[in-house]
Amino acid sequence: MTERMIPCSEAVRQLWDYLDQRLTAREQADLEGHLAFCRRCCGELEFAKELQRFLASHGAEEIPPDVKEHLERLVDDL
Amino acid sequence: MRPLADAITWPLPTSFQPSVTTWTRGAAADDRSERAGDETGPGTKLAFERLARESIPSLYGMARRLVGDAAEDLVQECLMRAYRSFGTLEDPQAGLAWMQRILVNAFRDRLRKEARSVSEVPVEEVDEFSLYRTLADEDPLPYSDSLHVDFLHSFGREDVHAVLLRLPEIYRAPLVLRYMQGFSTKEIARLLEAPLGTVLARLHRGRKLFEKELWAYAKETDLLRSRAER
Repeated sequence: MTERMIPCSEAVRQLWDYLDQRLTAREQADLEGHLAFCRRCCGELEFAKELQRFLASHGAEEIPPDVKEHLERLVDDL
Repeated sequence: MRPLADAITWPLPTSFQPSVTTWTRGAAADDRSERAGDETGPGTKLAFERLARESIPSLYGMARRLVGDAAEDLVQECLMRAYRSFGTLEDPQAGLAWMQRILVNAFRDRLRKEARSVSEVPVEEVDEFSLYRTLADEDPLPYSDSLHVDFLHSFGREDVHAVLLRLPEIYRAPLVLRYMQGFSTKEIARLLEAPLGTVLARLHRGRKLFEKELWAYAKETDLLRSRAER
């Protein structure tokens, strides 16, 4: 498959879909062709990975004890 | 407030009771009258209480990301709905995922009830912004060897929470569900009752808006100053 030359703007737009494996084979080949020579877009890709890790690491949150107690009491009262 | 015990009675109405072919383990467990003395089996109030108590911390964390300070209300709504439909839980091992889906349903219904019209952010507007490039150009942490990573690590839990709440709910919800809670895009589309294409487009805008708001928040709150001076 011969890849199509794509500009940085298109490559950057596709990075998260690339990480989520949502690109078609054709789109993936085009993007990888672009990444092979574009250092800045490789940086964008690494940053997108970092942002995904960042979001995943902030998904949980400590529940305040009084809220937990209140909700547990609600369960008991149901 | 009306006591919940008045609103919902135990045992569950017949329509909510489990059938032997779905989630009970064995025929004997299906007969609630026979089980009057056994409060620990699947489908009992005790089983519900155990699942609910175990799920509360996770549900609360998810609700905080979705609705901020209204999290406790949303979890309450979720617990009441879960109680009413406990009989439909097919796999007790998947209890937490079941509860999480109920929470998202409650969130979606709440949004509809509030019926706030939110206009879509034009894609051209968000596509122009790149946090990666902005950081490289502005260099807010001149002594950092890993600028981009250090920028993200400047954000504490409450900062991330504040940034998320700056996003319109239609963009925040897919972002939270996909990247913080690990739902697939198809599952998100199903839960939010939105076409997959809409969810994907909102995810894209949500990611870009999140990047924009991270930068705006860092500037407005002087978040980076103390770090830059270190």
